[in-house]
Amino acid sequence: MANSVTVNTSNKDLWAGGAEPYKASYGKLMMWFFLISDAFTFSAFLIAYGVIRFRHPGYEGTLSDFSFSQTYWPIPEKVFEAFPFFHGVELPLVFVGLMTFILILSSVTMVLAVEAGHRMDRQGVEKWMVWTIFGGLVFLGCQAWEWSHFIHGTDAGSRLLDGSIIYGANLQLNQYGPPDFAAFFFFITGFHGFHVFSGVALNFLIFYQATVGILERRGHYEMVEKVGLYWHFVDLVWVFVFTFFYLV
Amino acid sequence: MIEPEVSTIKPQPADKKKIFKIWWVAGILALVTAAEFYVALQFPESWKGFKIFLFIGMTFIKAGYIVMEFMHLGHEQKSLMWTILIPTAFVVWLLGALFIQADAIYQAIYG
Repeated sequence: MANSVTVNTSNKDLWAGGAEPYKASYGKLMMWFFLISDAFTFSAFLIAYGVIRFRHPGYEGTLSDFSFSQTYWPIPEKVFEAFPFFHGVELPLVFVGLMTFILILSSVTMVLAVEAGHRMDRQGVEKWMVWTIFGGLVFLGCQAWEWSHFIHGTDAGSRLLDGSIIYGANLQLNQYGPPDFAAFFFFITGFHGFHVFSGVALNFLIFYQATVGILERRGHYEMVEKVGLYWHFVDLVWVFVFTFFYLV
Repeated sequence: MIEPEVSTIKPQPADKKKIFKIWWVAGILALVTAAEFYVALQFPESWKGFKIFLFIGMTFIKAGYIVMEFMHLGHEQKSLMWTILIPTAFVVWLLGALFIQADAIYQAIYG
């Protein structure tokens, strides 16, 4: 009688790399873990903003009587009411709403690029990546304008207690309210803007790799998916920044 | 001589249903953003608490669609989904802890 051993081939050695944890590839899993740590960083920023805001007195009167003051926290829709080429017209939050919409749209084109990648549709990936990169660049342009307007300030400026008038904001002085407000604006939207910038750079890299056929020869378009995760995360963060910095 | 690149890979045809789903989710996100605007500019100032409640609720609706559909997390293995979602509970703890601190600072200065 021959010795026979039953080998269960379906039971791979879990500790020798025989199986993918969570049925997700290494790269995708690591991207998720990076995004979670990045989510903590942004949470810390937004919570710190909440704390500093909470420790300042709020504005008590009605919205129509509101004026900028160093003594209370400003109302965001009174600060962010400018729109390019509409100088002097009060358009509260319209510009930032447009930016939100642009970023969401570029997230949609990213999903379409990933979908095209699943079908090995190189032309589809190229087309939708171009739109995604375009959306990202437009968003960055909008943010540059928003920063420029915030830094230069309004026509009237704001009078300090010693009688001097200041215009706009920097890290020391802020015509819109307590200096902390400007500091958080620069840090939160700046950190997010840097994420958008690096996202555009990564998107361009993947677009280039798709265009020259690197991803096609590799046999799959998973890189589009991984960079796509990062790009959606950037959009996700903006959704929270929009609510907690501009709306609340 | 450089050979011209020849592609033998034929892309599979697009699944109309899948494409429709993507634009459907995009429509929901646009609609919720529009609703946020309506609440911000049209609801009376005296409803401040209710407005904040609505903003946070709508933010989480948008976040849910982005993470579950666009980032595909809702269609991954359930264990992966919870591995990502459960640690975000720490954020809630940080929020609670620091807001108690902030109130104490406010009371010390203005209280």
